Amino acid sequence: MNAVAWTRVAVIVGFVALIEALCRFGAIKPFTLIAPSAMAVSLVALLQKPDVRADLLFTGVNVAITVAISVAGGFAAGVLLHRFARARRVVSPLLAASYAVPMFVFYPVMIVLFGLGRWSLIAIGVMLGIVGMIVNTIDGLDRVPRVYTKTAAMQRMSPLATTLLVVLPAATPHLVTGVKLAVTYSITGVIAGEFILSVAGLGRAIALAYNNLDNAAMYGLLLVLLIATTAINVAIHAWESRMHRIWGQA
Amino acid sequence: MGKPDAPDLGAGVIAARRWMPLVDSAIFVLLILVGWQLLFVRVGNDGFASPGETIGRLATLAFNAGFWNNVEATAVAFAWACVFAIGGGLVVGLLLGASRFAGEVADPILNALASLPKITLYPVILLFFGLGLQAKVAFGTIHGIFPVIIMTMNGVRTIKPVVRKTARVLRLSLWETMRTVLLPAALPEIFSGVRVGIALALLGTLIGELFASDRGIGFLLMSYVNRQDGAGVIALTVVLFAVAVTIGSALLALDARLHHR
Amino acid sequence: MNLASPSPAALGQPALVASGIAHEFRDRNGRTVRALDGIDVALQRGDFFSVIGPSGCGKSTLMEILAGLVAPTEGRLEFEGVPVAGRVPDGIGVVFQEDASFPWLTVADNVAFGLRRARAAPDEIARRVDYALRFMGLRDFAKHHPAQLSGGMRQRVCIARTLVQQPRLILMDEPFAALDQQTRLVMGDELLRLWRETGATVVLITHSLDEAAMLSDRIGVMSGRPGRFIETLDTGHPRDRDSRILGDPRCAELTAAMWAHLRDSSLHAIEAANA
Repeated sequence: MNAVAWTRVAVIVGFVALIEALCRFGAIKPFTLIAPSAMAVSLVALLQKPDVRADLLFTGVNVAITVAISVAGGFAAGVLLHRFARARRVVSPLLAASYAVPMFVFYPVMIVLFGLGRWSLIAIGVMLGIVGMIVNTIDGLDRVPRVYTKTAAMQRMSPLATTLLVVLPAATPHLVTGVKLAVTYSITGVIAGEFILSVAGLGRAIALAYNNLDNAAMYGLLLVLLIATTAINVAIHAWESRMHRIWGQA
Repeated sequence: MGKPDAPDLGAGVIAARRWMPLVDSAIFVLLILVGWQLLFVRVGNDGFASPGETIGRLATLAFNAGFWNNVEATAVAFAWACVFAIGGGLVVGLLLGASRFAGEVADPILNALASLPKITLYPVILLFFGLGLQAKVAFGTIHGIFPVIIMTMNGVRTIKPVVRKTARVLRLSLWETMRTVLLPAALPEIFSGVRVGIALALLGTLIGELFASDRGIGFLLMSYVNRQDGAGVIALTVVLFAVAVTIGSALLALDARLHHR
Repeated sequence: MNLASPSPAALGQPALVASGIAHEFRDRNGRTVRALDGIDVALQRGDFFSVIGPSGCGKSTLMEILAGLVAPTEGRLEFEGVPVAGRVPDGIGVVFQEDASFPWLTVADNVAFGLRRARAAPDEIARRVDYALRFMGLRDFAKHHPAQLSGGMRQRVCIARTLVQQPRLILMDEPFAALDQQTRLVMGDELLRLWRETGATVVLITHSLDEAAMLSDRIGVMSGRPGRFIETLDTGHPRDRDSRILGDPRCAELTAAMWAHLRDSSLHAIEAANA
């Protein structure tokens, strides 16, 4: 590891140590935040409990399904919009402004449509996660250099072969960015839904702990969430970095 | 050579081409309204409302003083969130951009924090700031600050070396270099970050109002949801969407002008 | 082995015949633009023909028509006696001006790309790719990715990818435009070597007077838009030439002849661009 990596580790460790010290010396009250070490202890204890594990599994499955639908659906929609310029012109401002629509207001609608279970959570998660995938799919397809498709034409490739072997690989960096956004927003949508609707899962567990003023349990669960999302993001980032290296940041 | 271009198409065809986008938008709006009405038929008034009911509600709200008080509360919190997100973001971003080493150290950390679902921080903020304006502003800030930092940092880092060299050849002072060369060079990228930051700050403020306030549009929204006031919920959603489209379009137009110089 | 294509058409047979090629299209304002205005050229197998002209004269459009990528709005085009109309015939290779190497593939995979699409046998692919890499000096970089190479090397990858399919007609659209002068001269030598080795017909689009004067058997001088050939010059160079021919008085004559035609239209093109 070089100086940059060591400094990074030092910054992170230093920050955590600072919080730990502030908690231990009473500058931060346990009512507000418990010490990182206490969070870790709580986390270990929680993971032993079968109902906590059941909650995690519930949430994990929800997120997985949501990401799958967001990525597949977002990709398909992006391809269609890229192909049909008229539709794209009309839908673009809608996509650009969708960030501001507080999707959770549609939870009651989703409950009526899908019932009070995981599917209303997944529906909201998809509404949040799909937009990033659509926008990045369109962007990625836009940026495929024309000379690549001309090269495919010179090889007398069929449209299907051109799409699979040239256009999609060329668009991959942007598609990966779309997947990254889909993952982040899917997690947000599912957890927030579980939090508000108190169906089951990690979100509900956090809400219960918060309402019961059980900071130990709450921060333990938040730590689980933090570690899980960071691990996923680091994995995706590693994939992205590898691609940047091969492509030379092109 | 010297053969004139073929005569232009009839004026009628060109005019039709200009009206096309409007017709397309009109058709799209119509499709949305039809879909909306169909959904209403299926879902009913359970947290939902028909287009007609919504329009009626919007009219009522427009003349309701309470509504405008809430708008003002949100606007104040949003403004503060923007100040902190943009101000803080610019400072941190410029510093990290100026130092190559600091930038490299911070890059993955920033990306990890930006990708983190902010809901993980909500309980912490609520416990730290209690309920009220400060919590709302904090929510807005944590949402808005990351795009500003990241894109400001990138904007400064990716200033072409030849630009800096030109400043040196012209023998500009440090202050003049920053003011007349570096800042304009990085401005398009910085502005893109500010644009995204503003958008996310609005979202964050609204979310803060859901959980941490007794006034504001977010709070109003939450009270409608709790009272099962479907028309109110959808009317407010439409208002928020319209505000977002307006602000977003204005910022995008500015952004386009900056990027095309 | 060499890269000469196994076609029965020997040197001297008709390769490419274009008569009355003209092309019009609608620009985004709906106005009709006449890009080409009556191009006639007849090439025999093994000819090296350069096209030179001012910016915007339609050279690239002409190349896309010759490649079969675009169907001309007027005129006839025949490749080896068979009419070409908007479909890419077998046996034509193109090297574009922009870098067309695929960043997600290694150099070797890039070069093998076309052969794999054509379902050639794996050991045949391996042999031809290996030969092409060695011919273009890319052997040591087979496992690299294009992003790790310089612009000139990447253009060599594109050339290798084209020639590995043994094309009988090679079209090149300002392939060396992004390179510095000395590298261009070296690449010109390699191009001549390639041309002799494959026995292919070459059409080179360029705006470098040196390149046209040095490399070609014949030069077509194009006018500004709408493009047509104002003159066709015969260089009379021997087949085994290289870049040292640049010092030959004949090259100076050719350059002078080209510039006499092009100077006015080039100035005009700059003025038109700034209008």
